[in-house]
Amino acid sequence: MANLTLVQAINLALVQEMERDDRIIILGEDIGVNGGVFRVTEGLHAKFGGDRVVDSPLAESGIIGTSIGMAIAGLRPVPEIQFEGFLGPAYDQLCTHAARIRTRTRGGMTCPLTVRVPVGGGIHAPELHSDSPETIYTHNAGIKVVMPSTPYDAKGLLISALRDPDPVIFFEPKRIYRAFREEVPEAEYTVPLGEARVVREGSEMTMVSWGASMVQCMNAMEASDRDIELIDVRTINPLDYDTIMTSVRKTGRCVVVHEAPLTCGIGAEIAARVMEQCFLHLEAPVQRVAGFDTIMPYYKLELDYLPDAERVGKAIEELAAY
Amino acid sequence: MPVDSVFETTIEHVSILDEHANFDASLGDGLIPDDDLVAMYRHMRMCRQFDYIAFKLQRSGRMGTYPENRGQECPSLGAAYALTDLDWLVPCYRENAGLFWRGLPPEKILLHWMGDERGNCIDPKLRITPIAIPIGTQMLHATGLAWASKYKGDGGIACTFFGDGATSEGDFHEAMNFAANLDLPVVFMCQNNSWAISVPTRIQCSAPTLAQRGIAYGMKTVQCDGNDLFAVVKVVRDAAKLAREENRPTFIEAVTYRLGDHTTADDARRYRDAEEVEKWEGRDPMIRLKAYMIAKGIWDDARDAAINEQVEHEVAQITARAENIEPPTKDDIFEYMYAELPENLRRQRDTMRTSSIGQNPAQIADTTPLAQHS
Repeated sequence: MANLTLVQAINLALVQEMERDDRIIILGEDIGVNGGVFRVTEGLHAKFGGDRVVDSPLAESGIIGTSIGMAIAGLRPVPEIQFEGFLGPAYDQLCTHAARIRTRTRGGMTCPLTVRVPVGGGIHAPELHSDSPETIYTHNAGIKVVMPSTPYDAKGLLISALRDPDPVIFFEPKRIYRAFREEVPEAEYTVPLGEARVVREGSEMTMVSWGASMVQCMNAMEASDRDIELIDVRTINPLDYDTIMTSVRKTGRCVVVHEAPLTCGIGAEIAARVMEQCFLHLEAPVQRVAGFDTIMPYYKLELDYLPDAERVGKAIEELAAY
Repeated sequence: MPVDSVFETTIEHVSILDEHANFDASLGDGLIPDDDLVAMYRHMRMCRQFDYIAFKLQRSGRMGTYPENRGQECPSLGAAYALTDLDWLVPCYRENAGLFWRGLPPEKILLHWMGDERGNCIDPKLRITPIAIPIGTQMLHATGLAWASKYKGDGGIACTFFGDGATSEGDFHEAMNFAANLDLPVVFMCQNNSWAISVPTRIQCSAPTLAQRGIAYGMKTVQCDGNDLFAVVKVVRDAAKLAREENRPTFIEAVTYRLGDHTTADDARRYRDAEEVEKWEGRDPMIRLKAYMIAKGIWDDARDAAINEQVEHEVAQITARAENIEPPTKDDIFEYMYAELPENLRRQRDTMRTSSIGQNPAQIADTTPLAQHS
């Protein structure tokens, strides 16, 4: 057991799985000798060599497209896209190929790859280094979408992703890469994809979030007297709606918090399903605290854009007062 | 300081059997045994019949849109012949001849165009990826497949097929760049058939050849007569040798022509002259092969005539297999999305014919809210 940051937990998962499974090849921009711009892959090149830890040409579509070929051939490629803002060039390969290979071949071919992508705002990064595109890849069926909020979950979820038989986008919230440490077992364990975690039980309302916003939610809860049940969905596709519904049937109130823009965000889907499945339990409309429907501002204004504990706190009070 | 030339190159054009039946024995002798030549000619005849019937199936409403292959059979057939069963064939959608030669059951192609995903479910031993509809994207998969073969040391390489239009796509560049810079055993087979639907090659490339695109990546590049089976076999063999022995890719521009429309939804008379098509009909790869075989004494008109009935029968059976397949089940929409069906998809599947999705309380696990609230 070691006290690790999120970055270290991911690195540990990569090392342990690469030792266990020589089908894993990691590739991407600057991930080799340099250890990645966030140092997530630090030491891997020296440990596993240039055949398994590959500094690729600077081309996101190429990184994902060649990974798809390797995955079809039975390898387990783990491409890194350096920032979520550069997923755009890879969108075509992800959504028109990786996502569809299993179903368009009726199971004849599969595409087990795990795309690691730093995500989200809050680190004063340049333009296109702070977005939250998880909705886009959830709306496109066929790709699992994961976003951990703690070092423990990061290791366990990444190992599950690496062993998953289908394509997974593993979003790493860069704002909490090194924000705090947590005890992370050295021993092998997994956190299953598609299972939410009830972080704290409560009776007055259900709060649902994921990624770096979880920290804001916890800060808001600490500042509030309300008895809140907090759920970290951890996997956005497939999303564990049952855990949310069970909670909302108990509390009668629900607020969803995410960095991604409000309109058509995952919060909208959660709200719709709560309405469908818990309508007669609800004491108030489902509340959403989200990024605005704007372009992510440059970093001077990013903290005004991102949902913070203060906005979440307002939502808690509005929801309780309804 | 003088201005020096720092790099010079030439583009080789390989032609062995031209449309006037001239045969370059220095390159062509011994390249293809007579029996194989007869078999490949016969195969091309079957593919023509397949193409003809596929067109008729579309016209009579028994199949959806179909892209005719007529006229450009050589690049894929020659490549499939020159490669081994360990090598991946990564097609776009006009490579029937090569895929069937490798062993793809032809009804798979009909099923694909009949709107049935089972047409893409291919025996993994064949090392064929399914038809790729977007343009140029599959070239990256070939590069990754070659990468996997190199990593595993399984002795295979990958050959990918695409048209002149695909060379304008970004993925073309990325695939060529990855393959060259990471030393990957890929054969890039560009079938320059003059037209990308209605757009001529000149709009895709203003250089005199497409082949010279390969030069910029530092890879071996060559142009060949794409309607000349001998030339295609030779350049692919050379490329495969280089890939296998040195992990170096090759770019091949096979100059051919799409004699038919782009697809059955297209009318090529809107944008190209009849004289151009007529000229290329004279360069038909099958006609020159037949003339060569007859001149060599390994074929005759009687045997040629006898083929008709055989291929008609063969294609009729293929068509019957495609048309007689049992209908897909509605569950198939969901079954193959993921290895394991997620709960929300299970719910959608189970309610698809009984209610609108998920809004009927009877289909939700907890149906007791009213009692609680009363």
